[in-house]
Amino acid sequence: MIEFIEIIFTAGFWAATIRIACPLILATIGEVLCERAGVLNLGIEGIMSIGAMVGWMTVFLGADLYTGILAALIIGGLFGLLHAIFTVYLGASQHVTGIGITMLASSLGFFCFKLILPASTTPPKIKPFQPIDIPFLSELPFLGPAFFQHTPFTYLAILVVIIAFWLMNSTPLGLSIKMAGENPMALEAQGIDVFLVRTIAVVLGSALMAVGGAYLTLSAFDAFYFGMINGRGWIAIALVIFASWKPERALLGALLFAGLDAYQVRAQQLAGAVIPYQFFLMLPFLLSIVAMVIAAKRTRYPKALLIPFRRGERH
Amino acid sequence: MTTLLKVEKITKKFGDFYANDQISFEVNKSEVLAILGENGAGKTTLMNILFGHYTPDAGNVNFEGNAIEFGNTNNAIKLGIGMVHQHFTLAENLTVLENIIIGRQSIFSLSLPKRQARVKILELSKKFGLPINPDELVANLSVSEKQRIEILKTLFLDCKLLILDEPTAALTPQETDALFSTIRNMIETGLSVILISHKLNEILAVSDRILVLRNGSSVGEIATHSADRKKIAEMIVGKKIDYPQKKKIPRKSKVLSLVDVSYDKTDAPNLIKVNLDLYGGQILGIAGVAGNGQTTLAKILSGHFKATQGKIVFNEAQSVLTSPKSFMDLGVAYIPEDRNSDGIVGDMEIWENAIMTEMDDPYLRNSLGIINKKTSFDRSKNLCETYDVRMQSIRQRSRLLSGGNVQKLLLGRWLMRKPKIIIACQPTRGLDEGAIASIQNLLLKAQQNGSAIILISEDLDELLTMSDDISVMYKGMLSDPTETCSTDKLSIGLRMAGDGFL
Repeated sequence: MIEFIEIIFTAGFWAATIRIACPLILATIGEVLCERAGVLNLGIEGIMSIGAMVGWMTVFLGADLYTGILAALIIGGLFGLLHAIFTVYLGASQHVTGIGITMLASSLGFFCFKLILPASTTPPKIKPFQPIDIPFLSELPFLGPAFFQHTPFTYLAILVVIIAFWLMNSTPLGLSIKMAGENPMALEAQGIDVFLVRTIAVVLGSALMAVGGAYLTLSAFDAFYFGMINGRGWIAIALVIFASWKPERALLGALLFAGLDAYQVRAQQLAGAVIPYQFFLMLPFLLSIVAMVIAAKRTRYPKALLIPFRRGERH
Repeated sequence: MTTLLKVEKITKKFGDFYANDQISFEVNKSEVLAILGENGAGKTTLMNILFGHYTPDAGNVNFEGNAIEFGNTNNAIKLGIGMVHQHFTLAENLTVLENIIIGRQSIFSLSLPKRQARVKILELSKKFGLPINPDELVANLSVSEKQRIEILKTLFLDCKLLILDEPTAALTPQETDALFSTIRNMIETGLSVILISHKLNEILAVSDRILVLRNGSSVGEIATHSADRKKIAEMIVGKKIDYPQKKKIPRKSKVLSLVDVSYDKTDAPNLIKVNLDLYGGQILGIAGVAGNGQTTLAKILSGHFKATQGKIVFNEAQSVLTSPKSFMDLGVAYIPEDRNSDGIVGDMEIWENAIMTEMDDPYLRNSLGIINKKTSFDRSKNLCETYDVRMQSIRQRSRLLSGGNVQKLLLGRWLMRKPKIIIACQPTRGLDEGAIASIQNLLLKAQQNGSAIILISEDLDELLTMSDDISVMYKGMLSDPTETCSTDKLSIGLRMAGDGFL
């Protein structure tokens, strides 16, 4: 039994946790931005997928890795703009638009991939981000290999959490986003364009989702294949609720889920002969649901989430 | 005297409906202009135009000599117009400070000058006597505190003209007095105020001039010191108000009696051994401070709650009562206290609400049991005409009706069933003078036709004009009825405070 506890004292476990958490962190914070402004973005799964494809393809076609991130950012922003046009300006159903965007973006991504590389059977590879050693810190025993020998993309994801925290709590835009999702009429009464604020939030949030997808192809793996997002977007939607719509708690939630996932892979290897591996695969989801139920009790939804704002209408 | 705001011939249409029709007026520096009118007269629409929420179809507005740009709240704010909306425009998930400073910087600015703002807010709070804690979450504040924040928000913008839309609707009398002294303070420092209300007494107490709107048009302007209460009330309504005249009729047979009815659960205020007799043609008033069990009693009498002990006897025979429907079938009509949430379904159309309780009437269905639109429409139109429900169309969503018209719709729906007993909870709360008189007259007419009425109200004037007998409810106990002619406000007030109860 002791082996099961020893897992969490290995540097490899912690390094894997962080690696698995990164795309979830980026996507969850993206969704937090959208929902805080009052717009549910179910396009997340598709936007992550097309972000993964565009980021990878940009690098495959000869650009450097950072340009790949930028390309993912832009394509995510564009799909966010599409979502905003329908849900914010036209007041269409956020559920239907979001699911439509997921279907469009994931299929379009794979379609373009096949268009550019029609002949490939085994996915071609690129040279992804390589781990860099942070001077001094990376030489610490245990902590070094666990936390200070990651790729630059990983540190970028952590930086995004800090920036998102600052944005939400210390800038006029963050305040406006929070008000747009709570009482948009109040925002208009203060002289701010609700449509603009919501659109900015959705575009920024979707851009982050696409970057989260690109993490998979540019840092975690080195190739793109269909279906590689594999429900990470939907997990991010659940993590938003776990996080009570707060960036700092999104980090915590993503780490928790990733930790469970990293743990189950290792536990499988130890007990695979006795317990079916599917049981371990299920564990992170099961425990996440339990954590979610506990956390959701105290949660306060943004009051104007899902409600389109229409100017000059009687309320 | 200098003119601050000049409004010329503002017209605003919603569909074919003129919400504002060629309205002109002026506001001078350092004065309180009151705008009076019934619900739906166009007051709020007019203010929303001034503040930039709506764009008018015609007309223009000058503020300090500059034409204002319509449909742009930011422009109104920059010019110095502040507005406190009837429904608060605060985000409950933010702090007081955040609610006040939002919008003062561009949303692309990278800093939020909280420190300077805090200093200014505390200064204003002191200057105008509006105590607040800037770091409190708005969700934790009471209604009057939220209103304080709304006022501070406008003062923070250095506004020159403050628009207050129905500011006293949710305030206690003490809070109202405090608000009025704040308004007086503001006038002394050179601000101007537009006060929207339908409460005449308050307007007379605080305003300098009164503008009256009716059906979207301006019907006159009066200086407050030369105003006459009755005359203004009639200007508002547009005709002589038919103040209710109570006529007593001889008692008919007993229709309802309660014997030792108690309610002992945790979901509502309890009742302790309530006894009550009600006769046809009688109006029994029940006075009491809210929360002493009146609502519980009304819900038991209409079948929404089940008494835990005691007997309810209708027409001298104890009936089997299982649901609100069985009470309805016995001839009980129930006017709920909260008409908008318990009386009508706001998102359904007027005709649907008008026939909602009548679905067992074969006249409204065809042979397949499906609603017959034609007869239903006829029935609804007939109801709206008979009971003077003012609307644009029976296909209109019910939430767009004013409070008075919702109540007329509700009461009309019951009266068409010719009820034997009417349980009316706070039937005129929040309505304007004209609507109050209409509702009271409808109830009196029902009484003349032999209905028995239980009138639950907090308004003692209403109880004294309407009731034959008055009982008082205190902590779940109901006093024996006293004849209205042999009692007065003071003695009822004392009993409401518990005098005479064990």
